[in-house]
Parts: sequence; C-alpha cells; structure tokens
Amino acid sequence: MKQYYTDVAVVGGGPAGLAAALTANREGAQVMLLEREGRLGGILKQCIHDGFGLVRFGEKLTGPEYAGRFLDQIAESGIEVMTLAFVSGIDRTGSGYQLRVICREGLCVIHARAVVLSTGCRERTAKQVSIHGDRPSGVLTAGAAQHYVNLLGQLPGRRCVILGSGDIGLIMARRLTLEGAEVLGVYEAKPEPSGLARNIAQCLTDFDIPLYTSRTVTRVFGSERLEAVEVCETDSQMRPVPGTAQRIPCDALILSVGLIPENELALGLGLSLDPRTKGPQCDQRMQTELPGLFCCGNALHVSDLVDYVSESGETAGRGAADFARGRLPQAKTVPVQAEGPLAYVLPQRLSADNQEKTVFYFRAGKSCGPAVLRVRCGETELLRRRYRALRPPEMERLVLELPAELPAALQFSLEPEEPGEEGKQ
Amino acid sequence: MKEFVCILCPNGCRLRAGFEPDGETFRVEGNSCPRGAAFARTELTAPVRTLTTTVRAVGGERPVLAVRTAGEIPRAKLMEAMEAISRLTVRPPVRRGEVIVHNLLGAGIDLIATDDLAAVLQGGLKDVTPL
Repeated sequence: MKQYYTDVAVVGGGPAGLAAALTANREGAQVMLLEREGRLGGILKQCIHDGFGLVRFGEKLTGPEYAGRFLDQIAESGIEVMTLAFVSGIDRTGSGYQLRVICREGLCVIHARAVVLSTGCRERTAKQVSIHGDRPSGVLTAGAAQHYVNLLGQLPGRRCVILGSGDIGLIMARRLTLEGAEVLGVYEAKPEPSGLARNIAQCLTDFDIPLYTSRTVTRVFGSERLEAVEVCETDSQMRPVPGTAQRIPCDALILSVGLIPENELALGLGLSLDPRTKGPQCDQRMQTELPGLFCCGNALHVSDLVDYVSESGETAGRGAADFARGRLPQAKTVPVQAEGPLAYVLPQRLSADNQEKTVFYFRAGKSCGPAVLRVRCGETELLRRRYRALRPPEMERLVLELPAELPAALQFSLEPEEPGEEGKQ
Repeated sequence: MKEFVCILCPNGCRLRAGFEPDGETFRVEGNSCPRGAAFARTELTAPVRTLTTTVRAVGGERPVLAVRTAGEIPRAKLMEAMEAISRLTVRPPVRRGEVIVHNLLGAGIDLIATDDLAAVLQGGLKDVTPL
C-alpha cells in the first residue's frame, strides 16, 4: 500500500478546500489536496449562474469563473492534487493524522501533521421532509437537477413543482424556465421565503413564477414516473392543515429544503457537532477540539456566500500550516456565547492568545427589525452595532479587534432596538 | 412609486422608486449605495440582466459548456437569446473567457465561455476526466 507524507492534507476541493490549500502552501507548508470527483471546484462547477465573488473580487462571476481564479493559482502552486480520491476514514497518530484514501492506485495512506476538512454539505432529501407516496422517478433535489441541466445537458422535467424556497431552488426555477420547462410554483412551508430577496426578484418575479408560502408538498403520485403532487396549507408549526389538500399534475418535484454539513470524517474522529451549526466547534483559526484538525466552508456551517467560504478556508489553511510547522501555540480558550434571537455565532470559542483582528460570522434565528448587537467580555462592552434588519437566510460577518487578554467568555446578544436609540449610532 | 428589490448584491435592498409628478425628477428610497440608485432608474426604464446558460458541445469532455453574456442584455430579450443559443454548437477545446458569439442578437454584447472544456482525447475513454 502506497504511503504519502505531507504537512497539511486538505479533504475536499471545493471553494473552501481550494482556499485552504493555497493559503497553507503560501504559508510554507507542503500540501496535498484530495478531491473525490474528477475535477476540482466542488459545487461551483454546476453553479453556472452569476453573483459569486462580489465581496472578494468586486465582480459578479459565475461559479466556474470564481473557481477558475483559484484553479489557475493551484496549477502554479506546486500543491499536489489528487482527484478521484475518496477519504474513507481518518485516524489520529502520534505525529498527527493518518488518512485512508481510495484512489486510482487502489488504497493508500496519507500521513499528515494537520488536516483541513472542507467536505461541504449535502442536500436534505424527500424522505427527510416526510413526503408520502411511492418512489417514482422525477423527484430530485435542486442540486441534482442542477447537475442534470448544467453539466449533463438534460432536462429533468417539463412541468416542475419546486418545494422549498432555498436559493438553489430559486436559481433552478429560473434555469428550468429558461430551458423551456414550465415551473408551476415554488412552495414554502414557512410563512416567509428562505432564499435571498434578490433571488426571489430575479429568479421568480422576472419570470412570473408564483411563490406560495405556508404551503408544502405532502404526497407524491405515480408509480414509474411522477404524475402529480399533493399540496397542503401549513400552520404556524409547519404542520399540514387537514382539508386543504390540492392535487397538482406535474412530472418533476424539485426539493430545495435545506443543506446539512457533511461531517462523517469529523464524527469518525469522535468530534461532537454543534447542534446549531451542525458542524464541529472551532476557534478563530477554524481549529476543532482536536489539535491539528481544522474545518472550514459549508462543513463548518452552511454559508450563503462563497466569498465567506473562501475566507474561512484561508483561515483554516493558515492555521493548519502554522500547526504543522509548530508555530501554533496551544493556549487555553474562552467560550463565545450567543443570546437573544441569534441562531449561532462562529467561532464557538477563542484561544486566548489572540493578537489579530478576529472574524465572526453570525445568523439571526428569526427575522428582526431594527436590532442592536452587543458584544461583551465580562463587564466590558466591546461593540454595539445597530442592524436595520436581520433575516435568517442572510449571514452576517463582523470583524473585532479583541484585547490581548480575554478574562471571561465573549457574549454576543441581540436585542430589539429601544425607542429613541436610533440617533445614537 | 414602485417597490422592488435591488439585485446588484446579496444585501437585497428594498427600493421605492419612481418619477415625480413633473415627469422629470427621479426619486429613489431604500438604497444603501449609489449603484442601487442607478439600478432603480434602469429597472424602471429599460431593465437589463446578465444571461447565464449552457451551449451544446460536441467532442468535449462534457456535452454542454457553461456560458454567459459578457454584459447585460435587455430583460425582454432573455427568451429570444435562449432561442438563439439553443441553435449553437461548440467544438472543444474551449477556454474560460473565450468568445462564443460576437454581438449576440445584435445587442452589442458577446456570449463568452465561463468554464474550460477539453476535447475528448484520441486515446479513447481512459483519459477522459469524469464529471
């Protein structure tokens, strides 16, 4: 069995992994980048729509163009890239980690001082959202539909119903319409859409595709091929309301009902996942609870902008290179706590040797109007910032200059704005 | 005054815009940058969009090539552009950024490749990169 030795092994060649590998390489580490598919780029390969890179490049790029900017650098970097390489498991060793990899040569083992997990996320499926009925063809996730249309040139249906108003579902509503399919409507079980407002405007409104909120698909009909779906109104708990069922003839049901970080490898190493982010807990360097094991991108938490996925990859890559080269001191950590209607704040803890500007990502758990975010450490208030509006689909990024010593936990709290406070900012 | 969402960036500002009764003064509310104000005016007078789609490819590693308009085209011409693009076939290899059609629909905008697409090698299937 072939054995490889490297400073940093990056698992997953999507936007997070590309950025992690490039940064680790730039920081002087020897890097191996492992990708299970035949081409690097991850999900960006099939995201042919534009809107990527506005934050990072100040341009509206398509997915392949955004990935291409990193691929050009990878080609010149000397990073060893292994495609068609599937990491089946990771073990801890005395000197770091040992990755079991199934690749073109068969089985091989990679010994790495540090590992970056950039394994992305998976789509939630029909069975995970309790849709009853048989299993006819024609029921597929939005990402699968995107793969068929954009990479294989195949239209998965002519009369499509889309369940879920996530961004990929909205993007596919437009894409299917442009390719000549009829999109009968986008159904969302929650009272408000979960995708970005701009995607509702440019993907649905532009093409007169109706959006139905507080409605869900409860059953599929058809034995070989999908013939119809049953749609019901939902109550405030997202439960179907009896007596509201309506049958809609269609030949494709496309699901855009959420993404789940992919963390089989982290779980295999005994890491527990944060129930809020569904990814491992990490510090400001994206280091997990295991020394030398880093996590970034959508494996850590589902991001809505690739620009931030790349940023977290760079942070993880820098951390992994520093760790592999013995430049990362083991310091004690303080927790980061989230209060009020905050879904989560990332990172979940800070190592106390913090000297630089620290990037935080957070997401509101529910839509709130003018609200004030406060960051405190003990009695000291480090930040007070007003937000005009916060919505769960829109992740927020915050840069804080933290004091060199953190005596206590860092507390993030979000409170509705008190009347008259508006003028203070 | 019309209400709509600005699509220029992920902020998705909710705009209110329109001409004053005098028919000359244009008013925009809700934008958080000057680009939003310019967008509002275009959107209400002659809306434009970037079109991203695929073109049929023969002899390439994949059967389709991702493309986009190099700039924005009138929103009303999107389906007409799709119709024109559906009649095209490209022969790989194609490089990202390469022009596929000059002056699409005579709108003054080129159609460009957004991905690389290699040609299938003479050696047969063993050298073809899977999807």
